Amino acid sequence: MYAQMVKSTGKGVLAREDMSPEDRAFQDRIDAGEKIEPKDQMPEGYRKNLIRQIGQHAHSEIVGQLPEGNWITRAPTLERKANLLAKVQDEAGHGLYLYCAAETLGVSRDELFEMLHAGTMKYSSIFNYPTLTWADMGAVGWLVDGAAIMNQVPLQRTSYGPYARAMVRICKEESFHQRQGFHIMMAMVNGTPDQKRMAQDALNRFWYPSLMMFGPSDKDSVHSAQSMAWKIKINTNDELRQKFVDETVPQAEYLGLTIPDDDLRWNENTGHYEFTEPDWSEFHDVLAGNGPCNVDRLNARKKAWADGAWVREAMVAHAEKKAARKLAAE
Amino acid sequence: MSTSKEWPLWEVFIRGQHGMSHRHVGSLHAADADHAIKNARDVYTRRNEGVSIWVVEAARITASSPSDKGPMYDPARDKVYRHPTFYDIPDDVGKM
Repeated sequence: MYAQMVKSTGKGVLAREDMSPEDRAFQDRIDAGEKIEPKDQMPEGYRKNLIRQIGQHAHSEIVGQLPEGNWITRAPTLERKANLLAKVQDEAGHGLYLYCAAETLGVSRDELFEMLHAGTMKYSSIFNYPTLTWADMGAVGWLVDGAAIMNQVPLQRTSYGPYARAMVRICKEESFHQRQGFHIMMAMVNGTPDQKRMAQDALNRFWYPSLMMFGPSDKDSVHSAQSMAWKIKINTNDELRQKFVDETVPQAEYLGLTIPDDDLRWNENTGHYEFTEPDWSEFHDVLAGNGPCNVDRLNARKKAWADGAWVREAMVAHAEKKAARKLAAE
Repeated sequence: MSTSKEWPLWEVFIRGQHGMSHRHVGSLHAADADHAIKNARDVYTRRNEGVSIWVVEAARITASSPSDKGPMYDPARDKVYRHPTFYDIPDDVGKM
């Protein structure tokens, strides 16, 4: 999930009779499946929660460009390079759709960036892992985008109109991302023994971090209940994680790769795979800033923001000059 | 950087391929209108989504208020005679 551990502002879900009349009317609209639009009346907690969730989601798209940008200049063929470039460009676009959705809630773009740079707003833990070989481009597209799609498809039905509409656009574009990743993996496993080893190594390193993307187990997820009542979260973390494992294991088998989990097994009774949970202490550690690439990622974003300052200022100065000239000519 | 220098917000409308009217697709920040068109091209037409783009500064849009929903739209609700199905025409007349 691109928005993990979104802190809720409320103190759990209020019973209907304990809500204020406004909040009750709002909850009725949500329960009736109505979409909430920017100028509509909404509880302050709903607004704040959404800003955090959409902001974190947007930051993930933007920071998510970095691990893949790392390989654009070193792609093995011109075609792969064009594919990867298009994918990374999409991530920038997705970040922009989401920032705009967040801004409809009354936060400015600059404020969102400032919170990212100050570390008060997070991005997905997955992007704090390094991309060491070309096979990682395959694993990221296949697993990371695969996990993101699993999370984002239900969010197309989320209660906040601008968020839901952004998700519709994103989902439409994102299935190419997962397919291009799987395509890279197919080429690697059908290549030399060394290339196949690289593919297995990439799967080994990205498997558990991908499972972490869905956030902590439901029993430890303290912020879920309110978000689900407000329909800004549709499925629980564990539901989505299970769905991801069930879909991904057969794909790994098709590739002839082994999921790095000795306890992975199909359970005929439940119709689901049983699997080992990721190491949650690692997850919390990465989220707290101690992953292998946290410092690099944040520094890259801060540098891009600082280095681009003169461009942003020059564009404003140029626009003002043009406007003044036009006014003088009238 | 102070937020007062932030590029203004623009709403983007795109006409798709099939002779439809321009449709709102989203918004973006840009320093001026030309810049907004360029950004809209990159952000909203990466897959051939349109043949024409309109941009308008968001601050220039006047919108109806959600609280006016009742007085604005309720009067149209009971005027079912504005729909063709209100009028019963015998089958003998043929297609109308």
